[in-house]
Amino acid sequence: MGHTKHNPIVRALFNDDDVVLGAVKDLRSNGYHVSEVYSPFPIHGLDEAMGLKRTRLSTAAFFYGLTGLFFASWLTYYTMTLDWPQNIGGKPNAYWFLNMPSFIPVMFELTVFFAAHLMCWSYFAVNKLYPGAKAQNPDPRTTDDHFLMEVELEGEEADLTKKLQELGALEISKVEA
Amino acid sequence: MFEFKTKTKQLAIALTVVGAILWVVGFALNGSSSHDAGHGHDTHATEMHADAGHDAHAEDSHDDHGHDAHAEEAHADHGHNAHAEEAHGDHDAHAAHDAHAEHAAHQIANRPWSALYVAAIFFLGLGLGQLFFLGIQYVAQAGWSAGLLRLMEAQSFAIVAPLIVIAIITFLGFGHVHHMFHWMVEGINVPGHENYDAIIAGKRGFLNPVFFTIRILIYIGGWIWAAKLLRKNSLLSDNGDGVAMWNKNRGIAAAFTVFYAVTSSTSAWDLIMSIDTHWFSTLFGWYTFAGMFVSSFAALILLTLYLKGQGHLEWVNENHLHDLGKFMFAFSVFWTYLWFSQFVLIWYANIPEEVTYYMQRFEQYKVPFFTMLVLNFILPVLAVLSRPAKRVPGTVVMAAVFVLVGHYMDHYVMIMPGTVGDHYGFGLVELGPILFFAGLYIYVVLSAVAKAPLLHKNHPMLTESKNFHQ
Repeated sequence: MGHTKHNPIVRALFNDDDVVLGAVKDLRSNGYHVSEVYSPFPIHGLDEAMGLKRTRLSTAAFFYGLTGLFFASWLTYYTMTLDWPQNIGGKPNAYWFLNMPSFIPVMFELTVFFAAHLMCWSYFAVNKLYPGAKAQNPDPRTTDDHFLMEVELEGEEADLTKKLQELGALEISKVEA
Repeated sequence: MFEFKTKTKQLAIALTVVGAILWVVGFALNGSSSHDAGHGHDTHATEMHADAGHDAHAEDSHDDHGHDAHAEEAHADHGHNAHAEEAHGDHDAHAAHDAHAEHAAHQIANRPWSALYVAAIFFLGLGLGQLFFLGIQYVAQAGWSAGLLRLMEAQSFAIVAPLIVIAIITFLGFGHVHHMFHWMVEGINVPGHENYDAIIAGKRGFLNPVFFTIRILIYIGGWIWAAKLLRKNSLLSDNGDGVAMWNKNRGIAAAFTVFYAVTSSTSAWDLIMSIDTHWFSTLFGWYTFAGMFVSSFAALILLTLYLKGQGHLEWVNENHLHDLGKFMFAFSVFWTYLWFSQFVLIWYANIPEEVTYYMQRFEQYKVPFFTMLVLNFILPVLAVLSRPAKRVPGTVVMAAVFVLVGHYMDHYVMIMPGTVGDHYGFGLVELGPILFFAGLYIYVVLSAVAKAPLLHKNHPMLTESKNFHQ
């Protein structure tokens, strides 16, 4: 999440997922921009409440899968038809399509393999997760039982602080951008 | 509370009556009244063949099977002309022709029965799938579906009429009224008899009239009993203790699930696989079950959306629809997986006694065979693969219709080749039973829905169902 605006960030710590969800909805309806929420587990409906765009990962996965399908088709064509024609149950094997049903398991597996692996690596790359990467998590307690919300400060800081306290925040701190 | 309006009732009854009439008319036109002719004089039998073949083809022109290709295939396969010419000189060929004509006459005579049977099995699946799913809700302690249980209960009553028709058809087979089940032929297990068949005789321990009848009665009794009991307890709980009802139904559902695990397989062998008596497939039971299950979800989705459209079921929202859509999608893929698993092993091994099953379907049933694969797998995947598509009634209904049409065709391709050979088509005898059972289905399900409140108000997990979201 790159911040294009350079407003200061206010961080608020919570200890309940329902409270965080309610707070996000409340803040957004009051015109604040919730830029990030750190949580030890996925919270149902949070993406909608934060107004996040739909991930493009599924579109990428489709094309990764298609790559795997083509790779498997080429692999079976090269190894089973072109380079060393295989006799499968005595059936005609002059061209690839004649033996295609027996290649469907390979095609299926490689489609899944490519989609799953490339999706995983894409996810890591987009989130800048690589060996030796520094933790982006501002507070290690969010990996245990706490939830941290980052709100861009607009207007008076006191107003936002008061609002967050009303919404159930345990700790509030300000970070200069 | 849903009210089964007179107009809808009249529509359902009209469908049933019209369907029955169409079937009877189709039966009469099919020329099956003269089906004994096959046993009689040679020339008569030949005329019969030509006549009946003509009728079947005349009906064929209603569909898109390609009239000309069909006519040519029929002649080529039966070598009708060739036999007729040879018959004057060669006595053996004459006898062979006799047998051939008798076989063809039997196949033509089978058609109305087979068509009725296909529709009965298809509509049985719509009820049976939901009866099993209802049991699963209790066994799995599912909460999301509590607001839909009344619909599943109503739908599970739709098994009664198809079961009766299926029982009548199979029992008529013992009286040789039709020749759908080759293993019911007289003398099939008697060595030296002209009908003796060593392979079928070897299966006599399982496929014999007494044991078969007992099994059919066990299916009918067990399934209807489970449907009635689950419903009874559910209705009692409206004025009583929901938790006690739930515990009781959970026990019944657990027992039924085990019973159904066995009977779903054996009933598929008995009712469908025994038509192609020589052939067998070990996963045929799952395959049939998967087809029934997925089409029952399609029917449940249509029922749910119909009732919502009438202003009922305000506690059912797009989250519940999403789950039903997911189930339908998942089992459509599961069905395809089993279809392919069954096909590819037989195709790959290429053993003659196994591969004949698919040879016939590839050669004689090409159009329905491949159309049903597209309808049952490719179109539902395209329609409801994405998450948003499963939450919109339009796309889910579209996929449900594909699945229903596709699984009728699937049952058609399972049953017809073994009973009518290439004398198939889509005419009055096929259309009639569909209307007949559709009318009965609508009548039975909607009157069951109307008999009780749509909300299972004392179900212990109702709150979870109402607050369900994803």
